[in-house]
Amino acid sequence: MTAVTGDAPAVGGGVLGQPLDSREDPQLLRGEATYVADIDLPGTAHMAILGSPVAHAKILSIQTKAAEQLPGVLKVATAADFTDVMPLPCIWIPGGVESHFPPHPYGLPGARPVLTGDTVRHVGDPIAVVVAETPRQAAAALAAIAVEYEPLPVVTRADEALADGAPQLHEAVPGNLNAYWTCGDKDRTDAAIAGAEVTVELDLVNQRTINSPIEPRGAVGDYNAATGEYTLYATTQGPHNHRFLLSALVLGIPFNKLRVIAPTVGGSFGTKGYLYPDMALVLLLSKALGRPVKWVDTRTGLMNSTVQGRDHRQHVTLAGTRDGRITAVRCTSYANLGAYPSTIGPGVATALMGRSISGMYDIDAAFCEVYAAFTNTVSLGAQRGSGRAEAAFLMERLVDRYASEIGMDPAAVRRKNLVPKEKFPYDNGLGWTYDSGNYQLNFDKAIELSGYADMPARKAEARTRGKRLGVGLATYVAICGVGPSTRMSQEGMLGGTWESANIRVHPTGEVTVTVGSASTGQSHGTVFAQVAADELGIDPDTVQVLEGDTQKAPYGQGTYGSRSYSMAAPAVALTARKIKGKLVRAGAVFLGVPEDKVVYAGGKVYEEGNEENTKTFAELAMAMWYGWGLPPEIEPALDETTHFDPPDFNYPFGTHVAVVEIDELTGETEVVAYTAVDDAGNIGNPKIVHGQIEGSIVHGLGQALMEIAEYDENGLLVSADLGHYALPRAADVPFFTLDKTVTPSPHNPLGAKGAGEIATVPPAAAVVNAVVDALADLGVRHIDMPVTPEKVWRRLRGESQ
Amino acid sequence: MDITLKVNGRPEQFSAQPNELLVERLRDGLGLTGTKVGCDTGQCGSCVVRLDGRSVKSCLVLTAAAAGSEVATIEGVTTPGGELSGLQEALRQEHGTQCGFCTPGMVMALGELVDSTAGGAAPTEPEIREWLTGNLCRCTGYHSVVRGVQRACAATRAEAPAGLPEAGTVAASTAAGQEV
Repeated sequence: MTAVTGDAPAVGGGVLGQPLDSREDPQLLRGEATYVADIDLPGTAHMAILGSPVAHAKILSIQTKAAEQLPGVLKVATAADFTDVMPLPCIWIPGGVESHFPPHPYGLPGARPVLTGDTVRHVGDPIAVVVAETPRQAAAALAAIAVEYEPLPVVTRADEALADGAPQLHEAVPGNLNAYWTCGDKDRTDAAIAGAEVTVELDLVNQRTINSPIEPRGAVGDYNAATGEYTLYATTQGPHNHRFLLSALVLGIPFNKLRVIAPTVGGSFGTKGYLYPDMALVLLLSKALGRPVKWVDTRTGLMNSTVQGRDHRQHVTLAGTRDGRITAVRCTSYANLGAYPSTIGPGVATALMGRSISGMYDIDAAFCEVYAAFTNTVSLGAQRGSGRAEAAFLMERLVDRYASEIGMDPAAVRRKNLVPKEKFPYDNGLGWTYDSGNYQLNFDKAIELSGYADMPARKAEARTRGKRLGVGLATYVAICGVGPSTRMSQEGMLGGTWESANIRVHPTGEVTVTVGSASTGQSHGTVFAQVAADELGIDPDTVQVLEGDTQKAPYGQGTYGSRSYSMAAPAVALTARKIKGKLVRAGAVFLGVPEDKVVYAGGKVYEEGNEENTKTFAELAMAMWYGWGLPPEIEPALDETTHFDPPDFNYPFGTHVAVVEIDELTGETEVVAYTAVDDAGNIGNPKIVHGQIEGSIVHGLGQALMEIAEYDENGLLVSADLGHYALPRAADVPFFTLDKTVTPSPHNPLGAKGAGEIATVPPAAAVVNAVVDALADLGVRHIDMPVTPEKVWRRLRGESQ
Repeated sequence: MDITLKVNGRPEQFSAQPNELLVERLRDGLGLTGTKVGCDTGQCGSCVVRLDGRSVKSCLVLTAAAAGSEVATIEGVTTPGGELSGLQEALRQEHGTQCGFCTPGMVMALGELVDSTAGGAAPTEPEIREWLTGNLCRCTGYHSVVRGVQRACAATRAEAPAGLPEAGTVAASTAAGQEV
């Protein structure tokens, strides 16, 4: 393991930091990339899953005979067929395990079985599967399975699930409480609030959302009877992790008998890192039938089975002085975990949210408590910006509420409370220690760039057009670079969270970089090649990048929490440095000079002061491959691996400014300008990060304006297709004004911080702040998301929330 | 029922069920997997192909209803590994793709826009965004795609005969989305 501390060196002036075109793009643009649904192994049979149509019921009987007799049907299976298969484990248990020998997670209360046998707990809970010759035959046979249910009462809200007399989901979890989790200093915070000059409070609903990657999930299982080996092709953002979970914890097959391959994956945003029943089922059924078994989800299926996000009901309080100094923040949250603990959902709902609530502010006292409850809804998981977006929302709403209460400009209040530059590393009192930051610089840049000073004039002008203009600010800190394995174990994570990279230099001078991470659309092939090429001083076009296949790639946790560039890329850089170090040692032999006279630069080694005496990278590669004349202490060949476990997380941050116009007649909210200044440390490829920032902001705007997973009183997900679940479309957003500040992280050798999802964290707060600003003179103090035209229209006409 | 289609210029003859969707024929029957299925309900646009020149959602078209038509899919836009079309090249330069799942549908839908405006008045930014409302993308936030279309239209117009109006809006709109 390698740990790097101290000031990060500047990124070396080569190809790193350059906006190279994505090398992945041409295949994607030609439609030539292979996604799971495109995989067509010879002899493939097709699986369909019967999900429960009711949210909570006892299963009295399941009749499968009629389905078995339909044309093309090969097998119908229920829970009774998989009694020796363990439930799907939850590996992030809030509160911490504090042990080097984690408890075996099989016994985790409420864990989801691969198929439900006795009680269904949400609409879509998988009950049975059919395998048939064609996908249509499999889907048709589902309708012929007769299930008799005895309905049970339903609860879909976390706070209601914890009330006396609420429907009970799991016998082993009385009262539906999965975890009561706290962070910060309760006594100090309560005292600060009790003695404060000013306090403000809000009741917030951070509504449940559905990530909706455009590619639905899919899985292909292929069991080889001759070798006893299983291969799983899956829509996964962590193939190694899924291999570990499935082999060791669910199926009980040897680790080295399972290969997991992530082909091209069509977006994830958090949802494809989770373990789902279908992944186990295609493997088990492939073995049972002696054929590859393929399953591809539908959109409605996805919405009723793939983890959903956010979903907190909160009571939040902020205390401060009359002159704008924030002294305390407190949050009580009811988090809705859904029907079963997902792979890491409980950790998302607690630590990722709670430890982030104080954001970019220097606050003396802070406390957060979370009641994480089971309900009759789809399991909770990560969504782009998960936890941190919920935290930023509550804090930034509170700051605006406070500013309005003391009659101070919201920008001035924020400016006054930012953590000062000289206080880093900064302990936020909630469990995170921010690595580095220059919040004032970042904030001022955003204020300047957005034309914040001109807003009063713009508001007046908008009124002449029948529009109410509002401006909303939001700042944030996002914990990224998950993570330091020991630190994550203290958070309750069962598993190492390090990342690794291998570099193999071929005799011809070309290079193969292999990483444990796996892209879901982040152009890893381009960026990791840049990292290796920059370190080695070679042409990035000679660097191949492989990932996503556990048989080819070294271990790694995968892509989540914006960690690939600050976890896997440092592993690549450190591995390249090992290669360079070896070439310097070998160069001394080849050049015939002492090692301290060997210079490695520009892709070659040469004698210090005598550049004529030199060997190029390609010459060295060939010489090392031959291995002729090497002293015994230098092994032939160039093949190095690094396992990177950083000393701590990294903390990107930023300031966003939303300007909205509300139509007085229709209540429609239009985002007319959006300025974002983000700080992701040193950036490897600004073109690619630029695209991720733009996409992230739109994702956040979606939550503010239109997205909501709506369950009715029977637990039916009403918004179960894209006709009922609104996603932002191209005409819903304007071009953004983007800029950056650069504060390198000291916790990795590239000075990198997370980037991919960070800009999803503040937009919801910025937009709601802007909407409340636009309606403030009507006495509006808060409005719940999504800010739909109807909701605003009613407020314009004086109705309360 | 026996159906004849011309797909990417090649005649195809096959027997299809009356309820078969065009996207199923393309992907499962003809192995043209560049066309994607994202939502099953005509919302996402990942399955857009061109039917007799017009972009359509192939998950909403019965194969039988397309009988006798010419279908163009993403596979017909270039040869395998071949040179990108003007639109594809413009999208590449603007990094108008991330996970790429919605990309073939975008290319097919936007191809009609670029073709139909070639040599004429360049579509404005709102017009491009309006055209794109049939295609969902969750990665890019659409900005790079819009810039790509602006770039592609500008390139088309640069090659168009002299005397036609210039694409004056392109530079200003592109500048609005500064590089991070």
